[in-house]
Amino acid sequence: MRALKFLVPLALFLGLAAFFAVGLTRDPRVVPSPFIDKPAPAFSLEQLHQPKMAFTPEEMKGKVWMLNVWASWCASCRVEHPLLVDMSRNKVLPIVGLNYKDKREDAVAWLQRFGDPYQLSAWDIDGRVGIDYGVYGAPETFLIDKQGVIRHKQIGPITPEALEKVILPLIRKLNA
Amino acid sequence: MRALAAAILLAFAGAAFGQASEVARPDAQTESRLKALAEELRCLVCQNQTIADSDAPLAVDLRNQIRGQIGEGRSDDQIRGYMVERYGDFVLYKPPFHAGTALLWIGPFALLAIGAGVFLLLIRRQRNAPSAPASTPNAQLAALLEEESPSPPSKTRSRKHGRSES
Repeated sequence: MRALKFLVPLALFLGLAAFFAVGLTRDPRVVPSPFIDKPAPAFSLEQLHQPKMAFTPEEMKGKVWMLNVWASWCASCRVEHPLLVDMSRNKVLPIVGLNYKDKREDAVAWLQRFGDPYQLSAWDIDGRVGIDYGVYGAPETFLIDKQGVIRHKQIGPITPEALEKVILPLIRKLNA
Repeated sequence: MRALAAAILLAFAGAAFGQASEVARPDAQTESRLKALAEELRCLVCQNQTIADSDAPLAVDLRNQIRGQIGEGRSDDQIRGYMVERYGDFVLYKPPFHAGTALLWIGPFALLAIGAGVFLLLIRRQRNAPSAPASTPNAQLAALLEEESPSPPSKTRSRKHGRSES
């Protein structure tokens, strides 16, 4: 009975401590995406480089591919850009850009300067497609499987760590 | 110093760049519905502001989006559904009740109930055994007194006795 008097508060304290410990490791800016394991929303947009040609996600059926939301005004897009260029050079998978609320000439100039890792970029001038994909801050990256289902979403720049530990293994798994 | 200031300005320029324009609808009814809705939706960019309060480009876009949908005659629930579909329950300042949010909704009441239970238990325990704890100090006192006055050494007693008698 006397032991209980110590054990109960101790257990309560440890329980709370565990809750807080888990809470502290979470990034409140990372909002769980409701899109994981759901079909990628359909859209049709002009291409950045070829305004007369459209792009729809439908075209990518049968391939594991990445949709990367970027813009020339987005500072952290520059952070992840070399990784994307590397991935494209090593032909890891097709990467499609979603150029988000950008001026066409700015976007084209940006790609000329930093390299163009994209198979093509779709031009989302008013951000409507961005909203349909729940984008709230570029860069964001969606990994989409052969059936057109979103399997992973990276919020913020792709880090080398996220690439090695999460994205590349998932690509291998989806391609298997 | 100058370079630092420039760098800081540059960092903010990124956020300021995706500007969007916002045109309020002339009819007051749309605007008041928009305001009511936007006040219960979280702005994803600056997470402690509502879509109504925020000047972030995304909040402006979403307000325009809501205006458009009100114009199309969609209900408040449909518009809320549109937001949740894209941004999850997180976008709602008042999340719905389901398995994932049960702890959030029930937690405070459960804690209150546990507290009340413990409180009642303690009270009842005290009331049920009023004599036992009360008697303990008395018994201890009695025991102490008894210890203090064991039959004193016979010398003293005799002396005392002698003195009193003399």
